[in-house]
Amino acid sequence: MYQYDQYDQAMVDARVEEFRGQVARRMAGEITEDQFKPLRLKNGLYLQLHAYMLRVAIPYGTLNGRQMRMLGDIADKYDRGYGHFTTRQNIQYNWIKLEDAPQILADLATVEMHAIQTSGNCIRNISSDHFAGAAADEVVDPRPYAELLRQWSSFHPEFDYLPRKFKIAVIASDTDRAAMRLHDIGIQIVKNDAGEIGARFYVGGGMGRTPMIAPVIREFVPALQMVSYAEACLRVYNRYGRRDNKYKARIKILVHEIGADEYRRQVEEEFAHILTLGLEPPQAEFERIAAFFADPGLESGLADGYDRSDPDFAVWADQNTTPHKQAGYRAVVISLKPAGGIPGDATADQIRLMADLAEVYSLDELRVTHTQNIVLPHVKQSDLYALWQKLDAAGLATANLDLIGDIIACPGLDYCSLANARSIPLAQKISARFAEPERQRALGELKLKISGCINACGHHHAGNIGILGVDRKGTENYQLLLGGSEAADTSLAQIVGPGFSEDGIVDAIETVTNVYLAQRAEGERFLDTYRRLGMAPFKEAIYG
Amino acid sequence: MVEHCLRYRDDEPVGDPAVTVDAFAVQGNATAVRIEPGDDARALLPALDRIALIEINFPSYGDGRGYSAARILREHGYAGELRAVGDVLIDQLSHMRRCGFDAFAPDKPITPDAADKALATWPEVYQKTVDGRSPIWALRHGR
Repeated sequence: MYQYDQYDQAMVDARVEEFRGQVARRMAGEITEDQFKPLRLKNGLYLQLHAYMLRVAIPYGTLNGRQMRMLGDIADKYDRGYGHFTTRQNIQYNWIKLEDAPQILADLATVEMHAIQTSGNCIRNISSDHFAGAAADEVVDPRPYAELLRQWSSFHPEFDYLPRKFKIAVIASDTDRAAMRLHDIGIQIVKNDAGEIGARFYVGGGMGRTPMIAPVIREFVPALQMVSYAEACLRVYNRYGRRDNKYKARIKILVHEIGADEYRRQVEEEFAHILTLGLEPPQAEFERIAAFFADPGLESGLADGYDRSDPDFAVWADQNTTPHKQAGYRAVVISLKPAGGIPGDATADQIRLMADLAEVYSLDELRVTHTQNIVLPHVKQSDLYALWQKLDAAGLATANLDLIGDIIACPGLDYCSLANARSIPLAQKISARFAEPERQRALGELKLKISGCINACGHHHAGNIGILGVDRKGTENYQLLLGGSEAADTSLAQIVGPGFSEDGIVDAIETVTNVYLAQRAEGERFLDTYRRLGMAPFKEAIYG
Repeated sequence: MVEHCLRYRDDEPVGDPAVTVDAFAVQGNATAVRIEPGDDARALLPALDRIALIEINFPSYGDGRGYSAARILREHGYAGELRAVGDVLIDQLSHMRRCGFDAFAPDKPITPDAADKALATWPEVYQKTVDGRSPIWALRHGR
């Protein structure tokens, strides 16, 4: 894992001091809320319905036990004893007092963490594959590239007042586990025919009210020109992205309106100029960063296979662990989606337990997934049973990865001032309706995603089943969408028909799953059946 | 000369009023030009050596196009005064300085002491820009 040197630490410390001063000026009334807003947003501090919310960055979703333990301690000390892991691989605290915020940032800085650029119209925390460094199918570990971009984008002086927020994801395998093409810039690290490593740039994807799948803007950017190319992409956007309407200000609209070819032409022109400026960190800097990720301490010579005699354990191991590139290991997904629970929430005690377990069983590494779960990436197969027992005792062994209970949901109207409808109670109702584990497994892979408003923080466009909360004449109403995918076969879900009440949408989902069970062909996932049959039989069953 | 102007240059301020980019294209003998957010800074590139002052207007602090305009001008060798005017706030000074601005005429005055403090916020920088500072990656590798 990456470790700060004195420079990284000095930058984060400087930010803490700057923000301490800004909060003091606000508390003393020297600046207005309007003037303070952009400053607090640059530090991840939102004003929500009931309190301030603080969003802490977890760069590319990777953290160690010490950092995770701090997240638990902050939940206890400054919040109400829990935190919420987000679809951007970050964590949010929902009950923060303004006067505590600078000290929270100071506490985070002691474990090399921060909340820099987790909000505002700037380059946000960079996300990545939650199995990076463990996945058998990756070309290389994408995280050194993500870290290089993290440093480049931190306090970038030209791109702090973009037309709108800007999200970058970096992956390095053909299997997309990061919804890469639904980002403003999606980067896939690839190897070309000559065996050289480079970056394929997808630009102009996104969800929100106008979902778009990003087109390829360049097939191959040499690794040592990646920062320069990103700079060119951002500069064209900063100059020509729309600023007249915040709903049309994301880069996807620019790319769509002028076309991918014209955007590419402008970027290439800017790129040619930028290459003359020598902005790119040297190979030695990349190697310095990459060395931190090279070897987490995996043992070689271990055999695959483990004792599966406990049936409950075997069910969990089959559902929630995945193959590892190193023989004798598995990557473990800890579900934060217990039956009837709040997706992505974890108590301070659970967070600290996961920190302890990472130190004992996973070479001191954890990952946050964009599906709001936690990964222990490097677990020896011989340790799986002991690990499962400890997770089970803490309510963290729900065996529902990628099943209908593994719901993504935004905070919704319970917390968020932008929301039109509540997401959490609906997620809980759906989770309770399908709580029976055998029933979930019979349905197989089924990704259900809920957003409480058109901004789509709950990724409903990418749900096999997506739900969008809307306000209909003052009452909460839910639209049903089908057929989305965030994986390498990215597709956008389509609205089925008129919306539903909270109970009505749960019934409609059940109807949809019944159609699938009745019509599926051998080996088909829900998404496959939907793609084969189209919308009609589902619509007929719901409204017919 | 604008009131409340913070300058980080040693030469004498330009007294001429700034003309618009469009006007400059017609009456090319002006020595001071004012760029609005929608203007293309590259239109001035052929004439940079005879311009002594370029003002870049920020009608609203949230419109960041002027940061790119400033960098483009400096990247192409502009050496005259580059002045940020309008809704320029203290918390933006250090980023503006990094993008090549060396004068500020904010709508709401900023004291020189407060500006000095703001400009000293960052002990180091991660990116190479046009302000001559060595980025952290260069310091790490002795460049």
